[in-house]
Amino acid sequence: MTRRPPVLVLAVGNPSRGDDAIGPILAQRLEALGLSHIEVITDFQLQVEHALDLEGRQRVIFIDAGTGTPSPFELRRVQAMADFLHTSHALLPEAVLATYERVTGGVSPETWLLCVRGETFELGEALSPAARAHLEAAWERLVELCRKQGGCGCPVG
Amino acid sequence: MTMPLETAANPTRLKRVVIEPLSRVEGHGKITLLMDEDDHVQQARLHIVEFRGFEKFIQGRPYWEVPVMVQRLCGICPVSHHLAASKALDQVVGAKELTPTAEKIRRLMHYGQILQSHALHFFYLSSPDLLFGFDSDVARRNIVGVAAEYPDIARQGVLLRKYGQEVIRHTAGKRIHGTGSVPGGVNKSLTPAERDELLREIYQIVAWSRDAVRLVRRLFEQSLETYRSFATFRAHTLSLIRADGAMDLYHGGLRARDANGGTIFDHVDYGHYWEQISEDVKAWSYMKFPFFKTLGVENGWYRVGPLTRVTRCDFIPTPLADRERREFLAFDDGRAAQATLGFHWARMIEMLHAAESIKDLLHDDDLLGNDLMVTGERQSRGVGVIEAPRGTLIHHYRVDENDQVARANLIVSTTHNNQAMNTAIREVARKYLDGRKLTEGLLNHIEVAVRAFDPCLSCATHAMGKMPLAVQLVDAEGTVVDSLVRGSA
Repeated sequence: MTRRPPVLVLAVGNPSRGDDAIGPILAQRLEALGLSHIEVITDFQLQVEHALDLEGRQRVIFIDAGTGTPSPFELRRVQAMADFLHTSHALLPEAVLATYERVTGGVSPETWLLCVRGETFELGEALSPAARAHLEAAWERLVELCRKQGGCGCPVG
Repeated sequence: MTMPLETAANPTRLKRVVIEPLSRVEGHGKITLLMDEDDHVQQARLHIVEFRGFEKFIQGRPYWEVPVMVQRLCGICPVSHHLAASKALDQVVGAKELTPTAEKIRRLMHYGQILQSHALHFFYLSSPDLLFGFDSDVARRNIVGVAAEYPDIARQGVLLRKYGQEVIRHTAGKRIHGTGSVPGGVNKSLTPAERDELLREIYQIVAWSRDAVRLVRRLFEQSLETYRSFATFRAHTLSLIRADGAMDLYHGGLRARDANGGTIFDHVDYGHYWEQISEDVKAWSYMKFPFFKTLGVENGWYRVGPLTRVTRCDFIPTPLADRERREFLAFDDGRAAQATLGFHWARMIEMLHAAESIKDLLHDDDLLGNDLMVTGERQSRGVGVIEAPRGTLIHHYRVDENDQVARANLIVSTTHNNQAMNTAIREVARKYLDGRKLTEGLLNHIEVAVRAFDPCLSCATHAMGKMPLAVQLVDAEGTVVDSLVRGSA
């Protein structure tokens, strides 16, 4: 396999569904920075094949919009969890890690979830003013996370 | 029109059970059951919050943007919308016949979509129920549970899905939000390197797909009585069909058969679908109820999707899938082909057909051609129909003199199956729930019936915290008397 960038940012969301666009917008900004040690993948929702994108990474950062998430965002460590109680056609980050471990037999890379609070998710809606503010707050932390090299490797500092 | 168990005589005096949202079903769905004091089911309904504002989202947009933007209607089957919209808008740009390269690239993209969607559905959404049992431990009844006990099956599921996504990436240009198909053709063909990359794995993909068909057969053999009768009912059917009667998931005429296989209409030009199909409205659901006009609202409802396509085509034009189709039709004196759980078997036969079709296309040098587009006399209207993974998908547009979409009408697979899914859950309610204290396992029987149809409710919104499953039993006064919760918000 070709050597992959050590950091994977996996942003999920539908750009045409209001605040669900938070993930894709952050991903787009991040790609524009052109950081060679980072690969950015955007998708509508997490699926089983995303487990294969985790191979060869040192750190994975999921970005998503959340309802009921503490404002403006929540950053937390994610562990593999064989708990599919929420399962729909989309998976939770924990389930992607669990699938990765089951399918590859390996241990999941260090993984974080940046969940940014959204308010409205209707088809055709623009980003809400509140979500715009949350996004800006999250952007600063995301850049810090992605630029951080060495040290303890803990992205929250 | 009111069907048995659709509307209770005295609903205010009954206990209400709500399953909302359905787990492992894309989007937002809700099932309500009304039960009397002795736990007898008096009413069962599947309500679906369809994409309201769907057509409005499209109206006013330049027509050439539509094949790209409709992909945002659905996070599960964006390619199906991409292709159905392209087919409709081919007519608007006067492209009566695509170039061989354009048609074959689109077909390759479509078969990639069928492969990945069917793999996802079977291995990740349905196999936990089928391998462990409908009322097995809910903590184990998921793909990680499958991976623990059947690691090879889980791994094959991931790789089949991944391969389908790679076919889409190479043909659509991107992993998501692809732009490959455009009105009048495609904007890219395959490079030799892309073709060779896909060729490397296709024989393994065909072999795994065949194994998957055999796996479903074994599941039927192990629990024949359950599989034969679970949620089973008779229904009319609708599908696309090739001129020679072959299964064709990309293009063809409309074929409608009655519950006994007799012809209602055949090889009808879908450009005038509204002459054959109308839609009924019910106060309790946002989703319409389509029916065949000649049979009327009460008797004209029908079923679409893999089970219909496999059982109502005259043959499948790839050898391995056709052999499996014939075995499926003959199994258990034809009863598997009538069973709701036969959807799973049919779905895997279609996955095999998609894999074989991809293999054949990859050996066709037209995929590498440069003649990508045609145009002709501009038209104001276009209809595109495709057999999406879940069933017949209709896109219909009218474009004004400013090249903007003035009107749009979309009938998606799940809408076609609306009455059929309601009939299936009423069969389950009658057989498994009636007179019994409800448990998570029993309620899962209802969801198993719905999942067989693989409904895609296409909210394409997945934000964290939006997918818990809460079931509450509420008495006539609104007091919660019992509850079951899967996960938490």
